[in-house]
Amino acid sequence: MKPFDYIRADSPDQASDHAAQGGVFIAGGTNLLDLMKLEVMTPDALIDINRLDLNQIDETDDGGLRIGALVSNSDLANDTRVRRHWPVLSRALLAGASGQLRNKATTGGNLLQRTRCLYFYDRAMACNKREPGSGCAARDGFNRSLAVLGTSEHCIATHPSDMAVAMRALGAEVETLTREGETRRLTLDQLYRLPGDRPDIETVLAPGELITAVVLPAPVEGRQTYRKVRDRASYAFALVSVAGIVEMQDGRIARADLAFGGLAPKPWRDADVEAALQGEAPSDALFKKAADVLLRDAQGFGENDFKLPLARRTLVSVLEELTEARR
Amino acid sequence: MTEPFQMDHPATDRRLDDMAQGLVGAPLDRPDGPLKVTGTATYANEWQVEGMVHGVMVRAPGNSGRVVLSNTAEVARMPGVLSVVQDDRMLRNPAQGGANEAPVQGPHHAAYFGQLVAVVVAESFEQARHAAQSLKVTLDDAEQVAVTPEGAAVERQTDKTLDQGDLDRAMDEAAHSVDVVYTTPSHSSSPMEPHASIASWEGEDLTLRGSYQMLKFNRNELADSLGIHPDRVRILSPYVGGGFGSKLGLAPEAVAAAVAAKAVGRPVSVALHRQQVYEATMRRSETRQRLRLAADAEGRLIGFGHEARVSNLPGETFAEPVLQASHFLYAGANRKMSLDLARVHRLCAGSVRAPGEAVGVTVVENAMDELAHAAGLDPVELRLRNIPPTDPESGKEYSSRRFREALESGAEIFGWSDRPGVKERREGDWLIGYGMASAARVNVLKESEARVTLLSDGTARVETDMTDIGTGTYAILGQIAGDMLGLPRDSVEVVLGDTNLPSGSGSGGSWGASSSGSAVYLACAAIRQQIAQRLDVDEHDLLLKDAQATFNNRTETLADILQGHEIAKLGHVKPGDTSDAVRQATFGAYFAEVGVNAVTGETRVRRMHGTFAAGRILNAKTARSQCLGGMTFGIGMALMEEVAFDPRDGHVVNHNLAEYHIPVNADVPQLTVELLEERDDWASPVQAKGIGELGICGAGAAITNAIFNATGVRVRDYPATLDKLIAELP
Ligand SMILES: Cc1cc2nc3c(=O)[nH]c(=O)nc-3n(C[C@H](O)[C@H](O)[C@H](O)COP(=O)(O)OP(=O)(O)OC[C@H]3O[C@@H](n4cnc5c(N)ncnc54)[C@H](O)[C@@H]3O)c2cc1C
Ligand code: SF4
Repeated sequence: MKPFDYIRADSPDQASDHAAQGGVFIAGGTNLLDLMKLEVMTPDALIDINRLDLNQIDETDDGGLRIGALVSNSDLANDTRVRRHWPVLSRALLAGASGQLRNKATTGGNLLQRTRCLYFYDRAMACNKREPGSGCAARDGFNRSLAVLGTSEHCIATHPSDMAVAMRALGAEVETLTREGETRRLTLDQLYRLPGDRPDIETVLAPGELITAVVLPAPVEGRQTYRKVRDRASYAFALVSVAGIVEMQDGRIARADLAFGGLAPKPWRDADVEAALQGEAPSDALFKKAADVLLRDAQGFGENDFKLPLARRTLVSVLEELTEARR
Repeated sequence: MTEPFQMDHPATDRRLDDMAQGLVGAPLDRPDGPLKVTGTATYANEWQVEGMVHGVMVRAPGNSGRVVLSNTAEVARMPGVLSVVQDDRMLRNPAQGGANEAPVQGPHHAAYFGQLVAVVVAESFEQARHAAQSLKVTLDDAEQVAVTPEGAAVERQTDKTLDQGDLDRAMDEAAHSVDVVYTTPSHSSSPMEPHASIASWEGEDLTLRGSYQMLKFNRNELADSLGIHPDRVRILSPYVGGGFGSKLGLAPEAVAAAVAAKAVGRPVSVALHRQQVYEATMRRSETRQRLRLAADAEGRLIGFGHEARVSNLPGETFAEPVLQASHFLYAGANRKMSLDLARVHRLCAGSVRAPGEAVGVTVVENAMDELAHAAGLDPVELRLRNIPPTDPESGKEYSSRRFREALESGAEIFGWSDRPGVKERREGDWLIGYGMASAARVNVLKESEARVTLLSDGTARVETDMTDIGTGTYAILGQIAGDMLGLPRDSVEVVLGDTNLPSGSGSGGSWGASSSGSAVYLACAAIRQQIAQRLDVDEHDLLLKDAQATFNNRTETLADILQGHEIAKLGHVKPGDTSDAVRQATFGAYFAEVGVNAVTGETRVRRMHGTFAAGRILNAKTARSQCLGGMTFGIGMALMEEVAFDPRDGHVVNHNLAEYHIPVNADVPQLTVELLEERDDWASPVQAKGIGELGICGAGAAITNAIFNATGVRVRDYPATLDKLIAELP
């Protein structure tokens, strides 16, 4: 770990100021400190944001929730309102990491956690995300956990968060404070970049831009679920995950909000998949068609080829569950 | 001093059964348990040695070539840095268990990716770590070397080949046969406590606080590595946070700490990073195993073939002994066995959690399941029909073998008779299946010494350099001494893990309890003799209980009898003719119920049972815990455990506990264990055999066999992860 300065921020403005000068925010530290110990990340300064007043969950005027960036994953998962009205989020959170990690991990930190690509974590390996231009050792290596959608020739890493997948399905937005003192709102789609030729730049956040909250829109009708497929029963990242909210009307799918984890460099949502389902009567053929749409541009890299059939099967099963069209 | 007791004849006296204190066999708690859960048991890296500084090791970034450190001077000037040490005596890889001499040394040439080639020493751990990360290591003249066994030169282990009868013919003539190839991946020991050593020199004398399993060997390995006399080396290892084979032999951090401490003239602590544990300690070899089983119409084996390929680094003789139990488990007149060793530039392969049987019996048990299916026989019945009357190769008797009872009783307890047909039971999305497998492990007695002192106040102290790797040595040695000397458990102090004490067997190969327990037993027997002599009674007429002696209708306290004196005796057991006169092994059976998700292929074990027979059970609780642990390892081996090597350079890709998957609580369902009563007079003076590893030897097969029962799919490439199943699910 490279020596660093430690600055405890007393106000959001001060925090963004320091961060704009090369500092990195530290929230729970459950991802950042691991990366610093390995010198995968070597910030000159840590800006501790834990004293900021960002740990409330408030109801918004339009019936949604405003979740402070420092609300812990455990507190968010156990919030009665979340459990009642946004159960997909609660389930996604509880499917992630372990009890100890969730107690420490924060909402903002969870969104910005880095990939678990094993080559990214090993400084002896070429990695465009860690060292732009060095190459991508994972592509022809052990890439079992990596992405099949949204990849580029420069990077095939996945975004590992479960929480963010549920938030993407729920249409959540992040609220940020820029260094200039302005507040902006970004959908998760806007927040995350695809790797393209700069996999090291993962979000559109400017230097010093602080996530202050995540805003959930008012609850929607319909059934919600989060299905996470993994290599062991707990404490493993998703191979594939699906967050789904489906509203049925008169035996037809009125709306289907679907987001996917484990498949792409960002929590994945595809409007075409949802359009394919909307207004249709549930059937096995329809669900398979939705899966075809989802995977139309999917590409495996060998070890992770299985994610294509796995994503297909999981999506079909989730849709069966949410439309009650069990075989 | 007593003469060494050599195990040349069966120990039919079974004296422990005559004792009155009631400790041996009882499910007593481990006395070290409270210390461990309250953080007061001091592990190697937790010692605070006066003046201590820190060393962090540096890895080779490739699998061959000359190691070049290009910015040593710069690194040496970094804050707090005392030295960058690269010394010829540093280890290329750990010593094999029981090596008793230095392994291959030399940090100047890389033999595998991740080899530890230098140590950077600084005032603080943080300074040392950052400096180590700043050291530029490159490899000159790197060559193209084999990193996968498929592409490597192979050496046949001629002493491991067997050709008895005519297996090919038996296969031709068989009414039912299977000819299958299974592969198992490398496994990492993954002990919770990473390898760590603190070395301090006083003049030419070295004290090493380490985390090791077999101290008398480790001392010699360390002395030989350093080129000094073993008398100058003392190793302390009172608590070991798990070893699983990786701490049997001296590991690289110990020598690095010793040479660094000498170089900087201060005590040096070197702890391996978790990544380094994965990259540079010991792995279990991956295996490729071909099984050929030939049976007659009734399912009786007429042929048994087991041919395996394993791998290791050039220069290492250890070859994962996968055939070990195949020699004695099942019948079959025509037998063929062979073991090939492929030379690969991957980290060293050595003993990890039941070397040999853990993967060998597992694959045999898969093949037996395939044979049962082919022959239309109940898998339990197939095993029962193939229990050989005597050793199928040597004709020797078995020392004790409650194999049949284990199969029958285990089946009964589990409810095996409700076994569904293949692909027959489904509950919602879950396909349900049952599977079973036999357990078998060779039994070994090792030379072991222990000193027992009956103190004048009527308490006792047991001393040996034996280790407790979390398995219960502190508990059971106290139980044996307590029973023999008639003392409550709390009146016996057990002191372990110090090479200044009499040399124990060390912990490995499941021999620790029976071997070191026998040494304690023998020492206590000698003390009993002396007390009897003093009281002028026959030792057999002396009843010791609750620190009192009853003899000739009188009762006196031990303190009164001792009259201010103490009695110290050394117990010393050695293996003898009984090792060879009979076939010694432990046996058992596993039964598992799994659910396989029909959509995703995820397998979850729903319940699992094991029945085991391993001679006298010295502590029902610690023995059960070992079996639970073994079965849990079995779940890991069946479903998730795998060291992933990059096929291009042989580096370990999943080198942390987040990505090297072992079972977590949610993966481990209700496990039940039954221990069958047994006394093995041939095995040891205390009639105990080894139980530590038995619980893993075949366990994984019960699970993969259950997956077949649930899905009709045979996954022959371990672990049975979902990607290997989904293609064939409905
Ligand atoms: C062993 C292990 C297993 C795990 N398993 C899972 C899993 O199954 N599923 C899953 O989803 N996650 C998993 N995680 C990841 C875990 O969820 C994240 O580490 C955690 O959510 C990060 O939150 P944090 O507050 O600790 O972030 P930190 O480590 O403090 O920060 C992470 C990043 O976010 C930035 N940051 C933090 N807060 C803000 C803010 N307010 N504004 C701007 N930038 C900010 C930091 O600068 C840093 O770059 C696992 C982690 C570990 C170690
Ligand atoms: S996939 Fe991305 S993160 Fe992984 S090695 Fe390639 S560039 Fe790096």
